[in-house]
Amino acid sequence: MANATDPHAASVTTASGAGDGTLTTADGKPLARALARSQGRARRRAFLLVLPLLAFILITFVVPIGQMLQRSFHNDGFSANMPQISQWFAENPRGTDIDEAAWTALALDLQASAEERSIGVVGTRINYDVPGTRSLFTSTGRKVRRGIEPPYRETLLDIDEDWGDPVLWGAMRDASTPYTGNFYLASLDRTRAEDGSIEMVPERQQVYQMLFMRTFWLSLLITGLTFVLGFPVAHLLATLPMRKSNLLMILVLLPFWTSLLVRTTSWMVLLQQQGVINDILVWLGVIGDGQRLQMIYNQTGTIIAMTHILLPFMILPLYSVMRTINPSYVRAARSLGATSWTAFRRIYFPQTLPGLGAGALLVFILAVGYYITPALVGGSSGQLISNMIAMHMTDTLNWSMAAALAALLLASVLVLYWLYDRLVGIDNLKLG
Amino acid sequence: MKKTLALTTALVGFASAAMAEGEVNVVSWGGAYEMSQVEAYNKPFAEMTGTKVNMIAADNPATPLKAQVEAGNVTGDVFDIEVSDAIRLCDEGALMEIDPAALPAAPDGTAAADDFIDGALLDCAVANIFWGTVIAFDNSKFEGDAPATAADFFDLEKFPGKRGLPKNPKRTLYLALIADGVAADDIYDKLGSDEGVEQAFAKLDTIKNDVVWWEAGAQPVQLLADGEVTMATGYNGRFFDAMVGEGKPFEIIWDGQYMDMDMFVIPKDAPNPEAAMEYLKFATDTQRLADQAKYIAYGPARKSSADLVGMYQDGETEMAPHMPTNPDHLTTAVMDDPEFWADHDAELTERFNSWLAGS
Repeated sequence: MANATDPHAASVTTASGAGDGTLTTADGKPLARALARSQGRARRRAFLLVLPLLAFILITFVVPIGQMLQRSFHNDGFSANMPQISQWFAENPRGTDIDEAAWTALALDLQASAEERSIGVVGTRINYDVPGTRSLFTSTGRKVRRGIEPPYRETLLDIDEDWGDPVLWGAMRDASTPYTGNFYLASLDRTRAEDGSIEMVPERQQVYQMLFMRTFWLSLLITGLTFVLGFPVAHLLATLPMRKSNLLMILVLLPFWTSLLVRTTSWMVLLQQQGVINDILVWLGVIGDGQRLQMIYNQTGTIIAMTHILLPFMILPLYSVMRTINPSYVRAARSLGATSWTAFRRIYFPQTLPGLGAGALLVFILAVGYYITPALVGGSSGQLISNMIAMHMTDTLNWSMAAALAALLLASVLVLYWLYDRLVGIDNLKLG
Repeated sequence: MKKTLALTTALVGFASAAMAEGEVNVVSWGGAYEMSQVEAYNKPFAEMTGTKVNMIAADNPATPLKAQVEAGNVTGDVFDIEVSDAIRLCDEGALMEIDPAALPAAPDGTAAADDFIDGALLDCAVANIFWGTVIAFDNSKFEGDAPATAADFFDLEKFPGKRGLPKNPKRTLYLALIADGVAADDIYDKLGSDEGVEQAFAKLDTIKNDVVWWEAGAQPVQLLADGEVTMATGYNGRFFDAMVGEGKPFEIIWDGQYMDMDMFVIPKDAPNPEAAMEYLKFATDTQRLADQAKYIAYGPARKSSADLVGMYQDGETEMAPHMPTNPDHLTTAVMDDPEFWADHDAELTERFNSWLAGS
């Protein structure tokens, strides 16, 4: 190592160079450059150490989420399988009359798509925008799979006169490029009218805006409840002697370690109408057998179960902050004449804020994305936006829609995070 | 290096052992229905061929199938799904085509193509059973008159108590219309029109506050047994299992039953397609379909199986009166219309969710 080019060696034998003012190493190179090079090497080595982690995050987190989000504005179900008609749409602007070339392109595309069995994908894509058209594609596909003869316009209209529907042609034009904002419009209960303008969907079909509002409101409520319930517990944990507080800590952590499903199902056993709590109330004579309380399969069930499940996420950060608060501050305040309430309000509580901020942020962000618990105990009024995302992921298999909803949820959480940073300051956060 | 070598060798050995043995992953609906398939198909198949059959339960096997196809990672070999899903997935090119000529003929030599009931053979799917969604009630909960019709399900005054309904439009909207006096033949015309859908939701509104929604087939039976609901709709075989198998005091109302077929399909990218095809052929032969009825009250999809259906496994319960295909039960039955649902499922599901979420 210790040769003449070693910059470390150089730093000891400084200023051996000519008197032009710049420091050089023993072999005459400028010191600043040699230093930068050696530090650069160290930095590269450090970077190599974190490279595995970076690659891991990139492969397992950034790429899949990016791909998923891409689906929210990219869907090539129509354009990839119907190349000729897509080409026609690209060459002829909105408002052009549907000419023979368009019918030819459509007919040949339909035939080719039916032959390679991708017609279902095409129909599904158009069905998102114009409900009830999926079978138009698949049934026409079955008829033309073996070949189609001109005149194409007449043949297609003969198979089903719906092929002449301008709404259908509008939807096909929208789908002829893989990039579309329609899924975002649908996520906000909006749709494109025939002339391309944006309008609200009929009232009985509006659901997403209301669910977004409900999700944020319930998450806020649950965060508030975990604070009210968790604060005294955390305080108790922080101030009790070690032996007792350890026992209490286990009581907090035990449910934390128990499977989510087990905890949710236990709440079902407790809360249902023929459940433990109702049985006890009836037995005590508080309520009659006919007036058993409905505490589950509605919003109440979602709130109770989620508050319980998310409680440790509030208690633990609070506890870790409270442990570090020096009790002599409060004692000093009291000795200077503050009432216990004033001492708490002005001295103790402000010192817990970093923990409170961390806990609230954790609980809120977790609550916004929760779906298992509301799905099981939420009934109809306790469903959240994440249940819709799950439904589009697994049931209707409209992954583009699921991605659009998820992207909106992500964006609104980021906005809230930014707001939090502006109002409270993210440096104030203390996670443990 | 040595370690890696040993590891890869072990892995290769393991993989080839698995290939040689041959395994079939069958995804089905769980519960009493899965049990009947294990008894009637899987055990004899494993005994005959030495192929291990892994049974995987799902609330609706079409859900994991769609997700696996979409994600390009298919792990199941055979899926037991509804007709509308089979047609849809076939149109999307996700399923293997099945030649009816490859299926075993009936014992009297009738070709499979003629032996299966109309509509039971599709390009990519073979039906195994007919099943009904029916209303069941807990007999011990009502004094005096017992409910007897679909309209009674919506009559909270005469028959108080909560109702269990599936959380989807397919098996709720039709029931509301039947209860509202719409003839079974007109159901799809009605549901195809805006007014018809409005009418169905209006009828559902009358009981909305007293409904417990279920998602898995085992739930309505549990809800009835727990006393959470006094009436629920569910799959007739599950109720039969609880009534006859476990002696629960349930009764079935056949008025307004919704009849559907279950179909076996093989995804194009199935890990073990040959064994899957063998399994499918074996499971849908005359004797096996008849055997299944020994364990659950679902109607076999082959005409030749009907005569072989006899007693329940307890040896004393005649199966015929419990079958959804019994002529007495078909007078107001609504047959599933796969084309209608392929077209309107997404739209009506959205409307249903919106209705459900609104208070």
